[in-house]
Amino acid sequence: MDNLFEKLSKDVRMQEGLHACMNCGVCTAICPAAEIYNYDPRIICDTIQSRDNDEIEALLKSETIWYCGECMSCKTRCPRGNTVGLIIIALRSLSQELGYFAESEKGRQQLFLKRVIGHWMLEKGYCLYLEGIGTDLYPEQGPVWDWIQENYRDVFARLGANYQGDGTGILRKIPDEAMAEIQSIFKTTGAIDRFEQIEKVSTEKAKQMNLKLDDTMANEYIGHIYTQTEKNHNAL
Amino acid sequence: MILEGKKAIWNDYQKEIADDKLYYVRSCVRQNFFPGAETTFLRIMREVLGKDVFEHPCHTSCSGIGYHSDLLPLETTMTVVARQFSLMNESGYKNLVPSCITSFGLYTEIMDTWHHFPETLEKTRKQLKEATGRTFEIPENVSHASDVFYKFRKEIAAKSQFKLINKHTGKPLKVVEHIGCHYAKMFPSKGVGGAEYPHVLVGMVEDWGGEIVDYPERRHCCGFGFRQYLVSANRGYSVTSSRKKFESMQPYQPDMIITNCPGCPMFLDKWQYTLSEMEGKVYGKDGRGIPVFTFEEVAGLMLGFDPWDIGLQVHQVGCEAILDKIGIPYDPAKKYDGPDGKKLSKPMAATFNL
Repeated sequence: MDNLFEKLSKDVRMQEGLHACMNCGVCTAICPAAEIYNYDPRIICDTIQSRDNDEIEALLKSETIWYCGECMSCKTRCPRGNTVGLIIIALRSLSQELGYFAESEKGRQQLFLKRVIGHWMLEKGYCLYLEGIGTDLYPEQGPVWDWIQENYRDVFARLGANYQGDGTGILRKIPDEAMAEIQSIFKTTGAIDRFEQIEKVSTEKAKQMNLKLDDTMANEYIGHIYTQTEKNHNAL
Repeated sequence: MILEGKKAIWNDYQKEIADDKLYYVRSCVRQNFFPGAETTFLRIMREVLGKDVFEHPCHTSCSGIGYHSDLLPLETTMTVVARQFSLMNESGYKNLVPSCITSFGLYTEIMDTWHHFPETLEKTRKQLKEATGRTFEIPENVSHASDVFYKFRKEIAAKSQFKLINKHTGKPLKVVEHIGCHYAKMFPSKGVGGAEYPHVLVGMVEDWGGEIVDYPERRHCCGFGFRQYLVSANRGYSVTSSRKKFESMQPYQPDMIITNCPGCPMFLDKWQYTLSEMEGKVYGKDGRGIPVFTFEEVAGLMLGFDPWDIGLQVHQVGCEAILDKIGIPYDPAKKYDGPDGKKLSKPMAATFNL
């Protein structure tokens, strides 16, 4: 079995994020996630410092590592210069590499994120894409956002945008040659491999859960991971 | 505290901000949710301040939302960032100005990582060359767009037609400043004033006539949290964080909120709508919401730009009450017009007229 502590330690985010934690708990006191979820960033440091392979494996398969919002408030406060937010990025990265992310309901949400944020970045060059963020998925955007979406070409033109146009400007079409470079970067640096891993592991999990999953966004599995929380994740 | 000591501490949190020949990179969030703010930034920089600000048509997202949604390996994001730098190099510019705070934080983090782990810089150079044939050099200066307006805040004040002052009482408006977490929480020395007392928006507000509101949850996150907002099942995290801030600031009766991050004003605006619908609660005066602005919008208002040209109609919380209080003129009939006075539909009414 892999030595998970050694694997984690190769990640520069771990090297930057965790020196010797004295478990003072200041990170937990300042953490927005700890206020909402059953989450204690102090224990993340404690578990990793234990170097216990079984404990670290359990952490990689847990809901716990998906609670952080990566606001990095912990970085400012830690008297030892640790950053639990960076450790979390390293843990989530390894959890996906090993296929463990699908063992938790919060981890399974990576497929939804891959199919929106990942897809838009790879195909459009933007992490957010106007036509994909309607109030069907984001109802709290409210009636003014509905009005913008209904009139988007006129509203954006009124505000000086160049929506899907050539040249410079707001929400311009990224030229094909630029997108070819982005796609080549994604292939060369491992993003495409990660995307394929997320799809492959999610497909296996959907079968186990007896939920239909296809290439679209309108299927049982996507609907389930996007909206459902069956466990109680709340702070105690 | 001894004055010399205080000055010495403050010196640690001063940063060099480039003042001309700037290379502007846009924000995914700001382009989608506050397009008028980016238009206003460039208009002020070029037409009011007479600065050279360049935009390359081939630049893309920095990939930061993908990175902080944990979809992209570090190597991918480093190489996307390196490509942005390569485009800047070929354009002949050395001073990078991101519109986005997530981008600013990401550029800062990556440059810091390259400094402390030189092998990652070499790997990025190799991967960028292999993927695109490009080479790159690191910018000489990275300043967020709000840093740039901080630098020119007195020049903007000198050219302004309005101040952040209640025209009826002559008193300064009470302003909540909200700083995006990734501006200085990760690297305090890279933000004006550091993480605890960032001065970047305070300086603008005070020089433009307003008064800053200090309140307990001033430094709490707006609640974006990347996956915590983007996935419906997690969204309670996001609204709870904003609610905590509203509850904390309400007793101080702020007139408005100013922000430097593109995401924060969207959440602080839209979550007020959501909370009014969910709980029947509003946080502003006279049964209204607290209007939320980007720093570019506030600068545009001070300079006398038409509120509908800078995009205040895209906010869910209405801005008219604060415009009246300052004395800024506007034509209500033109609020929802398209280009060249084209008449468009109007938004549906919410339960509460925020």
